[in-house]
Amino acid sequence: MGVVKMTDNIRMRAQLKGEITEVKILMTHPMETGRRKNDFGDVIPANFIQTVTATLNGKILLEAQWGTGISKNPYLTFHMRGAKAGDVVRINWTDNQGKIGVGEIAVTPA
Amino acid sequence: MQERRKFIKSLLALSALLVLPMRALANNWNIPAFQAKKLPEAFAALQISNVSLSTDIKVIGPDKAENGAVVQIEVASQIPNTESITIFVENNPTALIANFVFSENTLPFVVTRIKMAETSDVLAIIKAGNRYFSAKKHVEVLENGCG
Repeated sequence: MGVVKMTDNIRMRAQLKGEITEVKILMTHPMETGRRKNDFGDVIPANFIQTVTATLNGKILLEAQWGTGISKNPYLTFHMRGAKAGDVVRINWTDNQGKIGVGEIAVTPA
Repeated sequence: MQERRKFIKSLLALSALLVLPMRALANNWNIPAFQAKKLPEAFAALQISNVSLSTDIKVIGPDKAENGAVVQIEVASQIPNTESITIFVENNPTALIANFVFSENTLPFVVTRIKMAETSDVLAIIKAGNRYFSAKKHVEVLENGCG
C-alpha cells in the first residue's frame, strides 16, 4: 500500500485560453466497485478514488468526493479564472485503500 | 471563584478538543451518501431538500451509450453563486456518482466519465446558497457498465 509515484499516475494539462484556464486530468486507477468477480468467481475488492483536491499555487480550486461510479482511469476537466502562465496546478487524490496520488503541471498559454 | 474559573477553562479546552475532529470529519468521504442505493436516501445523507428544476443547468451526455462503463457527462451551471455540482445516476446500484465543490475562481463546470449499469436519467444537483436546483439527461445504455 505504498505511495503511488506521481509521474505515471496522473497526466495533466492546464492551458490559458483568454481569461479562462482549462485543466484536463487523466488519472490511472482501476476504480473497482467491489461488485465484480474474477475468472474464479472471487469478488475483486473495492479499489476506487474517494477524494480529489485541485490547487493553484497552493490555493484550493476544487474539492471532489467520488464513489465507485466514476469510470476506470478517471477523466476530469474544469475551468478557472485568474491564473497566469507558470502558475502551478496540483492534483491530490486518495483512494479507499489509503493510497494517494499526486500530479502537478504549470499553466501554459494555448 | 478560582476553582470555578479553572473549571470553566477546562470545559473550554475540552470543547475545543471536541470541535477539532468534527471539523476534520466535514472534509471526509460521505459514507452514507455513497452507500445509499436510491436517490431519496442519498439526498437525505447529503441534506439535499426542496430541489427546484432549472433551465440554467446544462447536463450534456450521449442519447445512447454503447458501453455503460465509460459515459462522458458534462455539467455546467449558470446559476449565480453555484457552490457545488453533485451527479447521480438514478438506476445505478448506488445512485451517487460524484460531488464537486468549487472555489470562487473555479467555474461551476465539470466534464467527467461515469459508469452506468442500465438506461437511466443522469441527474445533476446544484447547490447555490441554501438552495438546490436540478437538471437531468436521459441516457440509453446498450451495454451494462458496472459488472
